Amino acid sequence: MTAWRRLHGGVRTTRGLLSSRWATDQHTWLCGHLTLCQSLSTSSLLRNDFYKDLEAQLAAMRKKAADALPGSSWTPLEINPNLPPERADVVIVGGGVMGWSVAYWLKQRERVREGVKVVVVEKDLTYSQASTVLSAGGIRQQFSLPENIHLSLSSAEFMRNINEHLGVLNEDPVDLQFNHSGYLFLASEDVAHIMEENYNTQRYAGAKVSLLSPAQLKEKYPCVNTDGVALASYGLENEGWFDPWTLLNAFRRKAMSMGVIQCCGEVTDFKYTVNKVPTADGDHLDCRRIKSVKQVQMPNSREYQPVECAVVVNAAGAFSAKLTEKLGIGSGPKGSIAEFPLPVEPRKRYVYVVHCPDGPGLDCPFLIDYSGVYLRREGLGGNYITGASPEEAEEPDTSNLEVDHQFFEDKVWPRLAHRVPVFEKLKLTSAWAGFYDYNSLDQNGIIGVHPLISNMYFATGFSGHGLQQSPAVGRAVAELILDGDFKTLNLHGLGFRRILAQEPMLERNIV
Amino acid sequence: MFSAQFSLSIPSQSLHTCCQRSALLLVARGLGSSSSVSPLPLHRRFLLFLNQRFYDVEMLLSWRAHMKSRAIEKKNAYYGYTRKHYGPYIASAYYILNMKGGFRFAGQTDWFRANQRGKFSWDFLNHRDAVLEEVDMSYTVINYTGLDNLAGQKSLRTLSLRGCSQVDDWFLARLHMFQDSLEELDISHCPRITTGGLAALRNLKGLRRLDVSSLPRISSPGLVIILLEEMLPQCQITATGYDHSLRQDSEEEKVDFMQGQQ
Ligand SMILES: Cc1cc2nc3c(=O)[nH]c(=O)nc-3n(C[C@H](O)[C@H](O)[C@H](O)COP(=O)(O)OP(=O)(O)OC[C@H]3O[C@@H](n4cnc5c(N)ncnc54)[C@H](O)[C@@H]3O)c2cc1C
Repeated sequence: MTAWRRLHGGVRTTRGLLSSRWATDQHTWLCGHLTLCQSLSTSSLLRNDFYKDLEAQLAAMRKKAADALPGSSWTPLEINPNLPPERADVVIVGGGVMGWSVAYWLKQRERVREGVKVVVVEKDLTYSQASTVLSAGGIRQQFSLPENIHLSLSSAEFMRNINEHLGVLNEDPVDLQFNHSGYLFLASEDVAHIMEENYNTQRYAGAKVSLLSPAQLKEKYPCVNTDGVALASYGLENEGWFDPWTLLNAFRRKAMSMGVIQCCGEVTDFKYTVNKVPTADGDHLDCRRIKSVKQVQMPNSREYQPVECAVVVNAAGAFSAKLTEKLGIGSGPKGSIAEFPLPVEPRKRYVYVVHCPDGPGLDCPFLIDYSGVYLRREGLGGNYITGASPEEAEEPDTSNLEVDHQFFEDKVWPRLAHRVPVFEKLKLTSAWAGFYDYNSLDQNGIIGVHPLISNMYFATGFSGHGLQQSPAVGRAVAELILDGDFKTLNLHGLGFRRILAQEPMLERNIV
Repeated sequence: MFSAQFSLSIPSQSLHTCCQRSALLLVARGLGSSSSVSPLPLHRRFLLFLNQRFYDVEMLLSWRAHMKSRAIEKKNAYYGYTRKHYGPYIASAYYILNMKGGFRFAGQTDWFRANQRGKFSWDFLNHRDAVLEEVDMSYTVINYTGLDNLAGQKSLRTLSLRGCSQVDDWFLARLHMFQDSLEELDISHCPRITTGGLAALRNLKGLRRLDVSSLPRISSPGLVIILLEEMLPQCQITATGYDHSLRQDSEEEKVDFMQGQQ
């Protein structure tokens, strides 16, 4: 009865508190309609508190009741909670934002409760090297490929309604800390025409973007030096930056509340069969089918456990090519499809945090200069983050995540100070590095099934824009798995065909 | 309702001990021989019942929240039919009155308003070509989708969104649609607005007056208001309802912080 008594207590205290709370709330919210709303809002206040209490109490009671029932997972024997199940419908390799987004959407779209058994395997639960948490957290619609624009638009819509998607009963609502400041791209004379074409594509796709002449740019952003700028484009809506951790955790929390199993371990191998499939020209293809994710290796122990599964999702980010290697992709005979490895590799990118008290403050857009340097505000205390991509020939070593400070001195700061002169005086306060899941063919995501692995689905290779596209990509992959085709957005263009044909789907960049 | 169920099923036992006991029972059985199939004892049946029932209660609660947001969506639905037949100004006016808001046409002094019970006069239908100049949506449930109904108001000068429970950062980011005309904006007492949304007001360069009083989710209001003033130099910013001492604190904090950095 204790629980019930507590419930009663809750109601009584709410009543007791009511008079004082009422006065303050009245003051703030209801100034206009004093007399009319009085009785109404009293009861609604009471009701709200009552429901909150009730919800919490019910959750606790239900948990206890469920624990005590036969068939619950509660056992008196201590077992390794990270041990994966022996069988699952879908095993997702990689618990970054992509992996958890796919897991959430699989659960969201399953037709019967507990219809799909989903396991997410992540090797590092601290996410010390995952791109997701090391990214700059930006979202934009200023792309040139319609696929990318649509992916970002629908992800923005997802984030706008994030609590309808990822809210969990009895838990705090998700607060992405979304900062609504648009991207400001600057184009030089040579590339201004590309910017204009991109602008038209973006408007056509429904993105709210505006073009600015150098004079307008000067007027709107006085801090920007317009030397060499021929045209600028600025995103009015659905652009800005947010906290990647929050998004990752929100996906994970929701997916787990829907029954997705998380396990900690590294996928090191697969057990698969090979079928010879004849082709039209008399040849044959070696088609692989994964039977089980062979070794899920526990950290700090020598336990191994194979997980039998019907479908594997490769969401291992920068290291997804390692998984396909295990299936013989990239080591096939010359001239065969298996000759080409998955074109995704880690590429190290530095992010520098600088302090500049005279910086543009709240007015700071996500600036992208045609020299490749970017800049955005970080918090409200006069901090900014900046960086640039290195030249192809000067790609840094990817064996570690050490930061090259010389790169800031030589390549970033001079260009930044040229573009926004207040940054001539700044202090480098910290820096970090992360891996792009870099698609060396065309720097765009790969979504779909590999032609030689009939049950491995890919969501990888997003290079610099995977975080922002993750909500929409997760849905697309779930549609592929459960419905057999894309339902919401047509993303065939981002599939494997272009990779096999070696026809890159390049963004028409102005940088 | 719940109390009745409780007292009927286990009049003298607390739920807690009841759970514990059955758990113990389970353990004992699990460790011993496999149990024979016998009708479940009363308390086990009760627990089963609770488990099933509380899922329903949870469902009910989420369903309740769902219905509430459905109702708000419905109120904010796009007035496409009115727009097609009566033009954008009448459609907007009709939407505003339905939401219990008020407005003033350009060149007139009288306001059109719905009364407390949501009743309003239909006189506004006589002003087909009049444009909206001032709109007061304070304490209404206007939301992001509802803003579609105000799109195309090229002469909107004043907009009050005081105390709107559904106005959030995404809403503010959409106000750029009035960037050429809007001069006065009141977003005070909006419970959802955060600093991340205020940054979007930079698109409203014509703003002369802005009220950001009593926004509960702004964490360091002093600093934010200074930054807002820097961002909108021609705009007069009203910000009351914040603890003044707090404001000074954060100003000092900013200074301290900067000194610390240097
Ligand atoms: C500096 C930087 C800035 C960026 N800025 C932006 C930006 O502004 N906007 C944007 O949208 N994107 C940005 N990105 C890109 C974005 O971060 C990535 O595209 C995105 O996070 C990819 O998500 P993911 O889940 O695929 O990869 P990850 O987050 O890397 O997750 C992959 C996970 O898989 C795990 N894993 C790998 N192999 C195995 C295995 N064999 N077994 C088990 N687990 C395994 C890893 O531990 C990792 O946690 C940026 C990236 C970097 C590096």
